[in-house]
Amino acid sequence: MSAPAKKSGLLRRAVRNRAFSILLVFAAIVVVTTVKNPTFLFSSDGWRALLLDPSIYVVLAIGEAIVIITKSVDLSVGSTMGLAAWSIGSAYLAWPTMPVPLAFALGVAVGAFLGFVNGGLVAVAKVPGMVITLGTMYIFRGVDILWAGSKRINPIDLSQEFRDLGNARLIPDFVDTGGVKLGSLPALTLLAVLVLIAVSWYMRNMRTGRQLYAIGSAPEAAELYGLPFRRLSFLAFVICGAMAGLAGAMFASRYATIMSTAGNGYEMQAIGAAVVGGVAIVGGSGTVLGAACGALLLTTINAALPILGVESFWQQAVVGALILGAITLDRVLANRNERRLVAERMSA
Amino acid sequence: MANITATLELRDVSKSFGSVVALRNGRLTMMPGSIHALVGENGAGKSTLVKIIAGLYQRDSGSFEMEGRPVKFRSTADSKAAGVAVIYQEPTLFPDLSVTENVFMGRQPVGRFGRIDKASMRSEVADIIERLGVDIDPDRPTRGLSIADQQIIEIAKAISLDAKALIMDEPTAALSGVEVERLFAVARSLRDEGRALAFISHRFDEVFALCDTITVMRDGSYISTQPIGQTTEHDIVRLMVGRDVDELFPKVETTAGDVVLEVEGLRSPGVFDDITFQVRAGEIVGLAGLVGAGRSEVARAVFGVDGYTDGAVRLNGRPLPKNNPAAAMRAGIGFVPEDRRQQGLVIDAPIATNVTDAIRRGQLVKGAVVTQKREFAAAQRWAHELEVKCSALDAHAGTLSGGNQQKVVLAKWLAADPKLLIIDEPTRGIDVGTKSEVHRRMSELAAGGMAILMISSELPEVLGMADRVLVMHEGRVTAEIARADATPERVMFAATHNRQEVAA
Repeated sequence: MSAPAKKSGLLRRAVRNRAFSILLVFAAIVVVTTVKNPTFLFSSDGWRALLLDPSIYVVLAIGEAIVIITKSVDLSVGSTMGLAAWSIGSAYLAWPTMPVPLAFALGVAVGAFLGFVNGGLVAVAKVPGMVITLGTMYIFRGVDILWAGSKRINPIDLSQEFRDLGNARLIPDFVDTGGVKLGSLPALTLLAVLVLIAVSWYMRNMRTGRQLYAIGSAPEAAELYGLPFRRLSFLAFVICGAMAGLAGAMFASRYATIMSTAGNGYEMQAIGAAVVGGVAIVGGSGTVLGAACGALLLTTINAALPILGVESFWQQAVVGALILGAITLDRVLANRNERRLVAERMSA
Repeated sequence: MANITATLELRDVSKSFGSVVALRNGRLTMMPGSIHALVGENGAGKSTLVKIIAGLYQRDSGSFEMEGRPVKFRSTADSKAAGVAVIYQEPTLFPDLSVTENVFMGRQPVGRFGRIDKASMRSEVADIIERLGVDIDPDRPTRGLSIADQQIIEIAKAISLDAKALIMDEPTAALSGVEVERLFAVARSLRDEGRALAFISHRFDEVFALCDTITVMRDGSYISTQPIGQTTEHDIVRLMVGRDVDELFPKVETTAGDVVLEVEGLRSPGVFDDITFQVRAGEIVGLAGLVGAGRSEVARAVFGVDGYTDGAVRLNGRPLPKNNPAAAMRAGIGFVPEDRRQQGLVIDAPIATNVTDAIRRGQLVKGAVVTQKREFAAAQRWAHELEVKCSALDAHAGTLSGGNQQKVVLAKWLAADPKLLIIDEPTRGIDVGTKSEVHRRMSELAAGGMAILMISSELPEVLGMADRVLVMHEGRVTAEIARADATPERVMFAATHNRQEVAA
């Protein structure tokens, strides 16, 4: 069997590997925007925002990607995130000196519990996750509103350490080009990257990680293989909830102001990021790395468009076009790939 | 023989679904180093037996032993762990995952921290694939592989499991000649390793070429087990049908009138080929054959649900456009599909709208409007005519029993007064009383001059109702038998052999 002629390496890799192609687009956007306004990258704030802003979305998209890989979807991540953030704020009201790790653990625990509710309902009711989480999206938000009312948590209510973490730089600016300082690494960015590495490793190398792909790829085959379908689907929702809870803690620490609206609309961003990142909505394929890159790209585009002089109406449309473009690309690639696989086998 | 322990032994196993008995007394003994054929008509209980062995169903009664020890499988994982592998007609793999992952899914070898040992997994799969003498890349996804290749992966799975018992449920149905040979070579080498194999097939030439023992089932019951050398195809066919066709069928003798339906040289690649037949007014033509022979597909093509590449369909001499069910309906064809819940009815709609569905564009319309009053009047008439037992006409069709649902589907078409009625499995899943009512109704309709094409997997129904029997085998018509000459053996023989063999 003769291998098809090698195309130019870069383009080929870009088309095959979604994370790589997204990073190319990301780089292009950063370059273009920086040319238009150098402070987009070459300023302490610009550099920091570029790294810090996507981190919450990255964590959300990782969780969402896992659920989508199992051929389901979680619409409640925004509400989960909001409720987790409010829980942390309330805990600080009661215990102003709560240690930071405990605050994060609380956020993750609240999120995991809400994911547990989602996963339990999906497993018991045997109703598609989209319908269940559409319901819990409103319920979780409702609980949040009931609890928070019109109150809000102010920076002063949170502990100093917790607030500082949201803006902390682990590495001080080490590049100094004539007064412009670059190279710092925000703590939340590092946290998001560590989570990404851990979850990526899990999805690649652990049995249950591979089984999550399996049940999304062919549920009927999973049954014949004797895979614990319900337990796995449940697991995906719990992980996704925990990620949303972590995102809630990061949100609280970063913005230090929490209202009942925290996390509103984030679920669509998370799903969009996963889809742009090549996680097929039909399940079974894509990676959390791709989803994380999708989140990075969407956040950066949102930040770049105003600088490029695009009106806010068009900003939304651009994001929408990006999602449609990603889906179309996926479809085309999947069709081509399938034809190629058949052809390879025929000529073998 | 007596002191070798059977690898797998089932005795007097039964399984019911509600009031339907799928398996009465299943029995199967698989010996190590042997390939055992399991044959029987559709509905004889083979698949139920296999699913019990696979752990998909749990038996209601009877004993199930592996190597002398009683077992009880609650899931497919249990049966796998005990060393049972089942290969289905259509393999179910994970298309997005690699061949290697498919072989090992759920039981990947793990190292420290539960990390999957990918290298050893891959090398084992590469070894097995090489041993099987095929050339499949262990790293490619299974999407795009042919059915034959997918079966090879299922077999690789069985080998890697070190399965003691391997059951193949009609594995050759979708394979070409070369692929069948390859599969058989693999099966023989597995047998020579001392594994026990079972092979389910409707192709007798394959059964006789491959197997050493044969078990016949009929109507959910075990009939016999014999060494293959001591039996013949004719014996087996007789054992498979071996029952008297009861004369309960209220068949009214009629004389056939003009040709209503003419099908000429119909072909759809890979599905059916060279289909030519006629149905006359007042005649019931039975289309017999085994499941998968292409009967329903022919019916769907005639009605225009599916397309075809060559050939023509004419109704009363006028050609019908292909792939156009609306035109077929206008021309006067009614079609009662096999799956009445999915295709015959709108299950969540009221009975009244279901009954009037076929006349909604015709006689029911007055000035572009269908009033509920006219709809109910029409529905009332036909529901009464067919004695549909329901609480009210606005009750949902899904609330009716199977038999009454079928009456609603019939009523829908009778309201449209068709010239030709195609009925796919007229009495599947219907209780005995309603069954004969449906049969009586069909007889009356034919006597009234309607042409009827009936597809049925139940031999007694075919023999009892049809004026003429067409038999299909693997997409082709292998025999046309007049009512007087139609015996169970002849029909079954034609259903399991190709045209040359039948003619011989």
